[in-house]
Amino acid sequence: MNEIPISYFLVLSAILFGLGVLAFVFKRNIITVFMAIELMLNAVNLAFVAFDRARGGPHDGWVFVFFVIVVAAAEAAVGLAIAITVVHNRQSLNIERVNLLKF
Amino acid sequence: MTLPIILFFVFAAIAVIGALMMIFFREPIHSALALILVMVALAVLYLLLGAEFIAAVQIIVYAGAVMVLFVFVIMLLNAGEEERTNISKLAHYVGWPLGIFLTVELVYWMLRAPIGARATTATIAPGDPTRDLSMLLFRSYLFPFEITSILILIALIGALVLAKRDS
Amino acid sequence: MEFVAQHPILVVSLIKIVVLLFLLMTALAYVTWFERKVVARIQSRIGPLYVGAHGLLQPLADGVKFLFKEDVTPPAADRFVYVLAPFLALSLGLATIALIPFGPATIMVLGVPTQMGIANVSLGLLFVFAITSMGVYGVALAGWSSNSKYPLMGGLRSSAQMVSYEVSLTLSVVGVVLLAGTLNFNDLIAYQSGHWRYVRFLPHWNVIPQFVGFLCYFISAIAETNRVPFDLPEAETELVAGFHTEYSSFKFAMFFMAEYANMITVSCLATILFFGGWLSPFPERWTWQLYIPGVGLILGGILLAYDTAMNQRGIARIQLAVVTIGALVIGAACLLPSVMPVVQGPFWFLLKLLGFLFFYVWTRGTLPRFRYDQLMDFGWKFLLPVSLANLVITAFVVMVLNR
Repeated sequence: MNEIPISYFLVLSAILFGLGVLAFVFKRNIITVFMAIELMLNAVNLAFVAFDRARGGPHDGWVFVFFVIVVAAAEAAVGLAIAITVVHNRQSLNIERVNLLKF
Repeated sequence: MTLPIILFFVFAAIAVIGALMMIFFREPIHSALALILVMVALAVLYLLLGAEFIAAVQIIVYAGAVMVLFVFVIMLLNAGEEERTNISKLAHYVGWPLGIFLTVELVYWMLRAPIGARATTATIAPGDPTRDLSMLLFRSYLFPFEITSILILIALIGALVLAKRDS
Repeated sequence: MEFVAQHPILVVSLIKIVVLLFLLMTALAYVTWFERKVVARIQSRIGPLYVGAHGLLQPLADGVKFLFKEDVTPPAADRFVYVLAPFLALSLGLATIALIPFGPATIMVLGVPTQMGIANVSLGLLFVFAITSMGVYGVALAGWSSNSKYPLMGGLRSSAQMVSYEVSLTLSVVGVVLLAGTLNFNDLIAYQSGHWRYVRFLPHWNVIPQFVGFLCYFISAIAETNRVPFDLPEAETELVAGFHTEYSSFKFAMFFMAEYANMITVSCLATILFFGGWLSPFPERWTWQLYIPGVGLILGGILLAYDTAMNQRGIARIQLAVVTIGALVIGAACLLPSVMPVVQGPFWFLLKLLGFLFFYVWTRGTLPRFRYDQLMDFGWKFLLPVSLANLVITAFVVMVLNR
């Protein structure tokens, strides 16, 4: 009986995704907002790996996780560069101070 | 209770607590540490799912590179505590119910997934899974793989242009 | 108890972890002694001399001193992260040793056959890199949480340096992985067994086809562990002591130990990847090589005995006599037919490891420090292209040879 139901992993992934959304809504700091996005991507990765395990056969699910990780790394690099530029122009990390394009 | 199930619950609890700590900490660097905790816990869960390679990549790329970048930027910008504003109070009252509703709904649909009823053994997948993965990456998914390399190049140049100060 | 009885691997692993951790901590202490002695000889000094014979008890005295110093926390520091950083640095530094195999022989622990080394992971190399890539946090967080300008500068410098050199460190190793076609340490070592077909006295070690890769690896490893000539984070003329300026007492000692643990880790990796791990350099048909560990230790014991009798006086004489008898007894035990095959692997492994540690100390005693911009230029504009070229050429050759 060394078995864990796949649904456990899926529920955990759903909870982590929900917490990521909450963090995205609550956080006022550009950098922590980015972190919330990373948390959501991680939750999705967990779901991919769990589905891949349940499906068996070739590991297409892992390939998607691989691509998600690569894209997340690229996104973090560009996003943090944008954050640095914003701080240089606005002297604040608060996203509500970045409202020049807001109607 | 067998060993894999105990391990699952311990690391699932660590992941959820880490995510909550990330929300409640006000100092950005504490949030970053909490997120690193979540990522390491997830790597252990990947091991339980038999995905050794993904677990290693998760730690090397996410915890070892992406989060180092975050910590580095937080240190560089000397980001202090977050300030509260009027809009964040609004988010407080509307956000919690909506977020919890979303989570419950996701959990509901995940439980209804037909695949979820199956169980997994906490052993390494049969065969040589890393070899299978590389075969997939360099045969079936060769074109997307090459596209990601171009994406990374673009991100590299983009980050450089954005972060470079005018002299 | 029933749970433990169902999983004997838990108990066996725990015993192996405790034994290995004890050995590693002792080794860490004596690497500091070794370094001080060798650097002293390079600089025409004598080094630690007064605590114990040849200063052999100096590490113990240092440890006691660190424990009894006042533990200062700056009032402006972020207390939680300030305490977390040294623990993180040391535990990550020690964790990699779990993946290193020390010998081919299987030993019996509590009646369960098990290998020498804590775990045999199929992707061992990747996991070692995973753990070392986390090592940046100890340094970066220490610099940030001290809330003081020199540590912050040191922390920023060292995180930039470690992230930059990690790239060429990883790339320089890929050549070896391509040759052997595996990421498992045992298989990587098995690939290097035997000798070259035409030059039969040369062992089939990766350092010969991958010499460029080895050079890149070793230079990046020195930078990765923040050692001279790349110890910019701790450049005392510019940054006082870098990221650990504000640390005192045992927290400082933990950073110190973490640095030496990382040194041991990268030296272990160099031994496994490029110098054949536990393999002996001689062909298998030369059976007299089995006597080398025992005879070597006994010869060392005889030298020590001569030193004890001729040069030592008083309490130092007794201390050195104990060490001498220990060396002689272990040397004699290594000649027993039941023990002889088991000690071969660890003996060659530790000998190569010691060679690398000596090389580390040698560079420290010889080379001046780089400037920060030179360091970054060297890493990105020289080391990275060279290791990339090495990777491409190796991939090409492997493809042609496998055709």
